[in-house]
Amino acid sequence: MKRCVYINDDDLSHDIYCDNRISNRKYTVWNFLPKNLWEQFSRFMNQYFLLIACLQLWSLITPVNPASTWGPLILIFAVSATKEAWDDYNRYLSDKKANEKEVWAVRHGVKKHIQAQDIHVGNIVWLRENDEVPCDLVLIGTSDPQGLCYVETAALDGETDLKTRVIPSACMGIDFDLLHKVKGLIECPEPDKDIRRFDANLRLFPPFLDNDVCPITIKNTLLQSCYLRNTEWACGVAVYTGNETKLGMTRGVPEPKLTAVDAMIDKLTGAIFVFQLVVVMVLGVAGNIWKDTEARKLWYVEYPTKGPWYELLVIPLRFELLCSIMIPISIKVSLDLVKGLYAKFIDWDNKMVDQETSTPAHAANTAISEDLGQVEYILTDKTGTLTENQMIFKRCCISGTFYGNEIGDALKDEDLVNAVATRSPDVIHFLTVMAICNTVVPIQRQNGTILYKAQSQDEEALVHAAAGLHMVFVKKNGNVLDINFNASVIQYEVLDTLEFTSDRKRMSVVVKDCQSGKLFLLSKGADEAILPCASTGQQTRTFSEAVEQYSQLGLRTLCLAWRELEEDEYQEWSLMFKEANSALVDRDWRIAEVCQRLEHHLQILGVAAIEDRLQDGVPETIETLRKAGINFWMLTGDKQNTAIQIALSCNFVSPEPKGQLLLINGKTGDEVRQSLERVLLTMRITSSEPKDVAFVIDGWALEIALKHHHKAFMELALLSKTAICCRVTPSQKAQLVELLKSCEYRTLAIGDGGNDVRMIQQAHIGVGISGREGLQAARAADYSIGKFRFLKRLILVHGRYSYNRTAFLSQYSFYKSLLICFIQIFFSLISGVSGTSLFNSVSLMAYNVFYTSVPVLVNVLDKDLSERTVMQHPQILFYCQAGRLLNPSTFAGWFGRSLFHAIVVFVICIHSYAFEKSEMEELSMVVLSGCIWLQAFVVALETNSFTILQHLAIWGNLVAFYVINWIVSALPSSGMYTIMFRLCRQPSYWITMFLIVVAGMGPVLALKYFRYTYRPSKINILRQAERLGGPILSLGNIEPQSRAFEKEVSPLSISQPKSRSPVYEPLLSDSPNAIRRSFGPGAPFDFFQSQSRLSSSYARNCKDN
Amino acid sequence: MSSGEGSSQPSSKKSRQPKYSRFTQQELPACKPILTPGLVVTTFILVGVIFIPIGLLSLSASERVVEIVDRYDEDCIPSDQEKTAFIQSDKTNKTCVRSLTVPKKMQHPVYIYYQLDNFYQNHRRYVKSRSDKQLRNPENEDLTSPCEPEARVDNKPIVPCGLVAWSLFNDTYGFSVSGMNLSVNKKDIAWDSDKNYKFGSKVYPKNFQQGSLIGGGKLDEKIPLSEQEDLLVWMRTAALPSFRKLYGRIEQDLEANETITVVIQNNYNAYAFGGKKKLVLSTTTWIGGKNSFLGLGYITIGGLCLFIATTFIVMYLIKPRPYGDPSYLSWNRNPPGN
Repeated sequence: MKRCVYINDDDLSHDIYCDNRISNRKYTVWNFLPKNLWEQFSRFMNQYFLLIACLQLWSLITPVNPASTWGPLILIFAVSATKEAWDDYNRYLSDKKANEKEVWAVRHGVKKHIQAQDIHVGNIVWLRENDEVPCDLVLIGTSDPQGLCYVETAALDGETDLKTRVIPSACMGIDFDLLHKVKGLIECPEPDKDIRRFDANLRLFPPFLDNDVCPITIKNTLLQSCYLRNTEWACGVAVYTGNETKLGMTRGVPEPKLTAVDAMIDKLTGAIFVFQLVVVMVLGVAGNIWKDTEARKLWYVEYPTKGPWYELLVIPLRFELLCSIMIPISIKVSLDLVKGLYAKFIDWDNKMVDQETSTPAHAANTAISEDLGQVEYILTDKTGTLTENQMIFKRCCISGTFYGNEIGDALKDEDLVNAVATRSPDVIHFLTVMAICNTVVPIQRQNGTILYKAQSQDEEALVHAAAGLHMVFVKKNGNVLDINFNASVIQYEVLDTLEFTSDRKRMSVVVKDCQSGKLFLLSKGADEAILPCASTGQQTRTFSEAVEQYSQLGLRTLCLAWRELEEDEYQEWSLMFKEANSALVDRDWRIAEVCQRLEHHLQILGVAAIEDRLQDGVPETIETLRKAGINFWMLTGDKQNTAIQIALSCNFVSPEPKGQLLLINGKTGDEVRQSLERVLLTMRITSSEPKDVAFVIDGWALEIALKHHHKAFMELALLSKTAICCRVTPSQKAQLVELLKSCEYRTLAIGDGGNDVRMIQQAHIGVGISGREGLQAARAADYSIGKFRFLKRLILVHGRYSYNRTAFLSQYSFYKSLLICFIQIFFSLISGVSGTSLFNSVSLMAYNVFYTSVPVLVNVLDKDLSERTVMQHPQILFYCQAGRLLNPSTFAGWFGRSLFHAIVVFVICIHSYAFEKSEMEELSMVVLSGCIWLQAFVVALETNSFTILQHLAIWGNLVAFYVINWIVSALPSSGMYTIMFRLCRQPSYWITMFLIVVAGMGPVLALKYFRYTYRPSKINILRQAERLGGPILSLGNIEPQSRAFEKEVSPLSISQPKSRSPVYEPLLSDSPNAIRRSFGPGAPFDFFQSQSRLSSSYARNCKDN
Repeated sequence: MSSGEGSSQPSSKKSRQPKYSRFTQQELPACKPILTPGLVVTTFILVGVIFIPIGLLSLSASERVVEIVDRYDEDCIPSDQEKTAFIQSDKTNKTCVRSLTVPKKMQHPVYIYYQLDNFYQNHRRYVKSRSDKQLRNPENEDLTSPCEPEARVDNKPIVPCGLVAWSLFNDTYGFSVSGMNLSVNKKDIAWDSDKNYKFGSKVYPKNFQQGSLIGGGKLDEKIPLSEQEDLLVWMRTAALPSFRKLYGRIEQDLEANETITVVIQNNYNAYAFGGKKKLVLSTTTWIGGKNSFLGLGYITIGGLCLFIATTFIVMYLIKPRPYGDPSYLSWNRNPPGN
């Protein structure tokens, strides 16, 4: 499908495509109510409550006033509808602002001020510096003589650097005065959301130039919501407008994520629903039987001998309504409230503020905090996530000479400085490639310094380093680059740029030396992308050894190469390149193929090594989280050795005797299969030992494994706690997340760059690091944090507390509604199974919505263990991971407790309020106060830490209950006029209350104490230990350590065997950075592997059940 | 991908550092009680020690109550007659004389109750069949819709309408001791709130018991509802199928071994549904009427608490368990597979 845009044509374009009216609104004034209601009622819980509320309108069957259900229901709906409406209104306002913004556009051949919403496809739009781009434009002119302009795309992809955009070659040189008269045709694809691609063709109509088709790429476009910078003006043709722009297409609400806890609550709700149906059926049948056998004898009830046809249904339906409170209507509201608060706690947390950039943590998704406590797998990106993504050029190897090995910084290496001074040709070439072979934009600042704007941190590091070695990249003037070398200016003209793609893994430029007129191809890239292209005569062994050595140090390496080009060769190739560039189909592939034709017979100049420092606290964080039973997978685009080194230095895998790395590699299906099988075999054997086994796989093998050996790889994924996947593409990252999800693991993906977005969106929890690669990941993520080390706190503190609190809150919500429901059922047994409600409507409503909700909401402040203890004993997270605090068996405990308490309350009340005291209203209030007293003590017993707020809520609520009921009792019009005053004057009322409390809580307390003391969980022990004070255990306190690379000066032996045995045995046995354990040598510390194994085996068990 | 509106957020977020407060940092000072043996055992002992005396006190109060219960429904029917037919007939003589012996001295006031067993005043159809608005205000006479099937007769509203009023209990009792009539005080047997508010002083019975079916007692149409205290007492529906309602008070002491003669007008039909009718004379104490449940409950629960406390002490002595013992913290032992 293609879209044809006729430039500046006022007739044709109008009808076909939409105008530029942006609408992010979900609703209109008219469809708001029906649409919103429809959305809300698509949830099962809401359907259920609506059904109940409707049934209650039938006065024959309703036990209470329908208002008691309609009130809360309408309230809940109104609250969420208001929230939606408010959000939508704000969206409308911002849309309106954007739509009514004035822009310059050409109308009927005249430049006019029009509103942004009136732009149509094909219109020419003028922009001035710092204007926001109103729709997707194809550039046709700029103020820059070279046809360049700069845009900031932060709103689109989060990257804050400036990007250059250039006008298509066909539009080059059109006079400013003629621009608004340009006519032509742009063929472009239908709108899509890929902001990195735009493959189109432009053909201008005469009199503008010839009829040649001119290719247009993303480089020729200005996308909506970008800002024009450093350019006086620019103009372009609108190709996509309104909601059809690239940005508009990417909009849309991501699918809501459902936490494991939510899923469990849904399941339990389902179980309670079934239970409710059973109860209703049994009571309904019993009620009908009782009615026919007994009730007809009761003359005072006057049952008609023949009822209507639905007579048999009446009693079951009454019980359905009576039991409907079993599913608490308040649970959704309470959960939403507390989840909002969990998210706020994350936002507020001072300990998660990155002090360097003062970025606080942010929870974009407020609904999934509990899942943080249940994470089993963390998939992490390397660059920028584990490391700082602050690249510094450290060492290099130029034609066999190593620089920077002694002092760790090549820039300070005397030899190199001398070599530069003596103009050693290899070194000069090396520096030239460093300075030119890139897409960096130098910006002269007021004070004379030069600011480099680069898309890649590596390039920036290289250019900086070159500048440090007197090869200063001063100015970029269109295609002409000014290089200042030792005070003389050298000019190069960039003829073509062979861009970097993750598939090609290298980039090249073709430049012309403006003095000599010679053509050069300058290339840089990964070793395996460059070294094979070396000219046949050249020895590349030194370089691959250098690469090997550098990557063992955890440095990123880039190979630099060059070649002089013949004029003919270049001309011939240039044609092909142009053709490939204008291809509409498979353009990427064709360009890559054409590039391949030029990038051969390269003369390798050397290897540059760039350091990317580990972030603060990464090893400790990973160690702690691994102790907590969380498994780590590292997914990186980097090469294997670098990845392994980083993995070792940040405690990803243990060093030798305990750790073992298994390599999976191979280029063909068979090789991969064999290697996979060997690794699996080793895994199966070692899985019974307390060994730390990790597998390493690269992108190529992964591709094959995922495609052809999915099952084997799945088994491997199940067996292996740690994995290092190198050279993986963004989509493979997402695939791996999907794989782990399909094994029913809770996954957390953390990353910082655009290439992590898919993985972040795919995972149960996506965490973005608001880092140097822009905010793209942080925006797509559910949580954004400033530094990797905050992950520890996010999971262990916030995740764990959230899980614990929600577990209690949800089960308690069921407990209290079951309690009141059981009492209703018991009462119906002594009221002729006729479905009489013991409680009046007001009490029932207030019980659910008010009396029992407030104390438990304050539970969001509850902390079972102090943050310090949790950090010291991260293993405790296991209870959350395995779902030990909220599962069918704990729920059964709460169910039993509510049954027991219902019996206690009911039996005591009907016996102490028997005979002359058995008045309906009185008994109802006695029973209700009994429930309120009990629930206050239940909450108190289950609360681990009492802050002043909790005391206020629990005991204040009890007082509030009496105050409210006294007020209601003082109103003559209420049904319970004077009841509460009467009761409070009776000693027997208070005696009954105390009896209920002690009889109800005594056994619970005794049982709890028994469990606490004689069958303690680890949480209990730690609480006890915490109470005793002092150092809790001698087991490792993890102290922060200084970074690895700064301490190490001596290079490692490069004699790492290249044995491709499946078991990569001599892993770092002699590596100094291997000994990075923080515990003393004598500490018995093998528990975390076994623990994690236990936990996962437990998790398996749970899932099997 | 997030939408465009968020574009200005990152910059504003940076400037907005979270403010420090103990609440936002979740650092409010908290007390963390834990279940130490001392705490738990002390609690149980304390509860036991408090509960047993209260139980004894309540029990003795309940024991002090002198209560005479006399079931008369069976004895007041000639054994040769069909019970329901007898009670429904207008012509039969339903007077019945019973004599009760006072077991212990009963101090005034002696409360007279009638007790009905197996009478479901809490049946849904019954409970709902009343119109509180009509009872309160003469203008609401026509608000009889909840009262079905006793709402109207010949399309005129019944006041008071509904099954509850319609089934008004109508046995009467006359008391005498050795030939001397005991006066029964029937004033103030209903709740003040009912007399002053729930039942209007200007609402007079109308069309009551005029239908084809006659339920229970009739009402004097000249007396406003608020003064028909028997009705008020009856209309306070009982929550249990076995209940007592106040009939009146005897404002004089009854000596031990005195014989009270009760003349009962046995009008109320409890036979049709197998109900029992009892006459109860009872004194009262601070805890109310005779009800040993609370006393026994307190003693039992108190005893159990002491028992539990003892058990825990013994367990503690036999098998002391150090708290927070790191040796139990080994993550390897007791595999958490249970």
